[in-house]
Amino acid sequence: MGTYLIRRFFLMLLTLFGISVLIFVMLRIVPGNIADILFDAAGMIDVAEKAKLEHELGLDQPIAVQYVEWIGGLAHGDLGYSYVSEKPALQEILPRIPITAKLAGLALLFSVVFGVPLGVISAVKQNTGLDYVLRVVSLSGLSMPAFWLGLLILMAFVHYFGTIPIYTDPPKDFWSALWLFSIPAAAVGFRSSALIMRLTRSSMLEVLRQDYIRTARAKGASNQNVNYHHALRNAVLPVVTVIGIEAAFLMGGLIVTETVFNIPGIARFLVEAIKWRDYPIVQNLVMFIAFVAVMINFLVDVLYAALDPRIKYS
Amino acid sequence: MRSKYLALAAAILAGAAVSTAQSAEPKHGGILHIYHRETPPSLSIHEEATFSVNAPAMGIYNNLIIYDQHKPQTSIDTIVPELATSWSWSKDNLNLTFKLRSGVKWHDGGAFTGKDVKCTFDLLQGKAQDKFRKDPRKGWYDNLGDVTVNGDDEVTFHLKRPQPSFIAMLASGYTPIYPCHVSAAQMRTHPIGTGPFKFVEMKQNESIKLVRNPDYWKKGLPYLDGIEYTIIPNRATAVLAFVAGKVDMTFPTEMTAALEKDIKQQDPTAVCEIKPINVNTNLIVNRDKPPFNNPDLRQAMALSLDRKSMIDIILQGQGDMGGSLLPPPEGVWGLPPDQLKTLPGYGDVQKDREKARAIMTKLGYSASNPLKIKVSTRNLATYRDPAAVLIDQFKTIFIDAELEPVESSAWFAKVARGDYQVGLNLTGNGIDDPDQAFYENYACGSERNYTHYCNKELEKLFDQQSAETDIAMRKKLVWEIDKKIQEDVARPILFHARTGTCWKPYVKNMTIESNSAYNGYRYEDVWLDK
Repeated sequence: MGTYLIRRFFLMLLTLFGISVLIFVMLRIVPGNIADILFDAAGMIDVAEKAKLEHELGLDQPIAVQYVEWIGGLAHGDLGYSYVSEKPALQEILPRIPITAKLAGLALLFSVVFGVPLGVISAVKQNTGLDYVLRVVSLSGLSMPAFWLGLLILMAFVHYFGTIPIYTDPPKDFWSALWLFSIPAAAVGFRSSALIMRLTRSSMLEVLRQDYIRTARAKGASNQNVNYHHALRNAVLPVVTVIGIEAAFLMGGLIVTETVFNIPGIARFLVEAIKWRDYPIVQNLVMFIAFVAVMINFLVDVLYAALDPRIKYS
Repeated sequence: MRSKYLALAAAILAGAAVSTAQSAEPKHGGILHIYHRETPPSLSIHEEATFSVNAPAMGIYNNLIIYDQHKPQTSIDTIVPELATSWSWSKDNLNLTFKLRSGVKWHDGGAFTGKDVKCTFDLLQGKAQDKFRKDPRKGWYDNLGDVTVNGDDEVTFHLKRPQPSFIAMLASGYTPIYPCHVSAAQMRTHPIGTGPFKFVEMKQNESIKLVRNPDYWKKGLPYLDGIEYTIIPNRATAVLAFVAGKVDMTFPTEMTAALEKDIKQQDPTAVCEIKPINVNTNLIVNRDKPPFNNPDLRQAMALSLDRKSMIDIILQGQGDMGGSLLPPPEGVWGLPPDQLKTLPGYGDVQKDREKARAIMTKLGYSASNPLKIKVSTRNLATYRDPAAVLIDQFKTIFIDAELEPVESSAWFAKVARGDYQVGLNLTGNGIDDPDQAFYENYACGSERNYTHYCNKELEKLFDQQSAETDIAMRKKLVWEIDKKIQEDVARPILFHARTGTCWKPYVKNMTIESNSAYNGYRYEDVWLDK
């Protein structure tokens, strides 16, 4: 296990290095830089002034030099300055992480709490009325676009309650935070729970047909014991994989939800930073999201062994 | 029984009258919540060129002089003193002297003096040691020789040639006075002004917060405790937030006619105004590139335009036909309708198109052999939509055009390089004054003269109208120039759009300017009747 962990650690570093090169080069391939955007916003074309600004920001240096400077700074905890706000990038990025983490965490909780049990019920009650209803619900969750569902929820709130659950100020306490994040989390979690529900159902159906399940029933084990102890534990491995993928996606991919519910999280900030070609923000944010994704994948791998003792790492 | 009802009605009316009388008295307190359409690049007004900056930032600053914030039509006649108490011209109209208000303090406690005025204009002219990152209105002050300080309470602007309308630029929301002791860089991140509101913070994608300046030199003002702009870029969410009462006001001039209708349906108490914003949509033709270097072809293109149908399709009728200056009644200097009708492309559309087809046939084009072109424009809906209609209208005169959407960041650079055939552009005028519009957009060599139109004879008229002190005489000259610009197909104006602003009925003393979108956001005497 120890060797495996060390190997995985170095593999993680290699992956992050690859991502850093990719994001750095890709950003510079996209036409225009911050100077272009700033001058465009001012409707100006002063070439000399633009060149001066590019020089000030170090954008006229060779890409390799810029890359080394960035990685060197990153290694020392210096993320540079936002080109737009002119504040330290860390100061801009840090406050947004808990916002997205809360939203993503709640959405994941919603999707697991609803997705796994309903998937099990759907499999156990296969081809019954309840199974059909749950299948329709899960298909709806997969096919409804998040922006549409989000706007529908907002419109319903305005129409029926005369209020709107959007982020305008930081929540003051735990309960107001829970209220603020639970509605967008439910909108996002609905899609994720639908995915988890369908996967749990198909995985459970496969396991329920296995000989050892029949043996357990023959030995007089209760339905609950068979379904949740014997079957679910073995069916849950692919579900854990998907939960891991969903968790990584939720950290950086909630642009639509953050936009509709006006949540100042990571994804919206990233899109805004790309629009301004705010390289220090984009590079560091993408690296953070990549780090989270890599870590989650690693945790999922470790969890496999805990869930299924037959899996051994060497 | 009837008399009882009458008595009740009278009592209700009397109560309403008392309540109106009470509410007419301004109240102190409350935070005005407005949604903002985007995070502005900074709140340093001098470095930016969008009213996304002016709207939240104007409350932080003061000018020497300012357009009266409660007269919707801004003009030289509506200018009132602000940091200056009075102004006077020398006999030769070359020196403009301002007496300055004493006892005014910057938000950080320093005293405002004439040196701050000089520093501001030195920065704008690039003469100061400190520099702006960008200086989009440097050209406004080309005619300014120098600013001299005569003690703490007086400054004189020395002009190179007489320019009576110079004060129009000083009165713009674009011309606040900056403090000498604060760097240009700090003004971008934490602006210091003398205005009714102090800057608290700006968080990207979240909010901009301003708080009441308790030491404001206008005693008793501002009425509001502060203004908070919540940044809501998604328009659907923003409209719902307004309807639900999460914000008291929409972002100024951000509502289309359809959205305004939607708001009124959902909240009939909302107060909404649709007005011109002095931003025109125009056609730019690269006159250096064949075959567009042929004036006949450019003439045919101008004759193909059906402006009314464009306004109906794109703006649901909320737009105006005009020349390079905003048309009356809201515009002060625009060509009147009777003169506009005589210009190519502004009369009978069918007849004009027949003329255009005749020109095209003469040039060798026909339905079977159309002229194939590209219409380039910024990849934004406000640009793309009219470009699509334009392409459709070109088809009527044997022009087969293809839309080329250009990434926003590359647009001005592409136009400046002349790397386009035909383009569609939007031009916003900071003030409703011919000097700004003519020198900026049509003068030979001007940075924003995207089509490189150059008429030296006309430029003499630019100077002549600029120096003219008689308003009626100046207007005559301005119309003559505008007609010539349109006849030369320098940059055909497709339409001047109108847009809307809505606020809740308890927001009082709110005035939306009708010939500018850049000058009316001081909000010092806006109050909340709550």
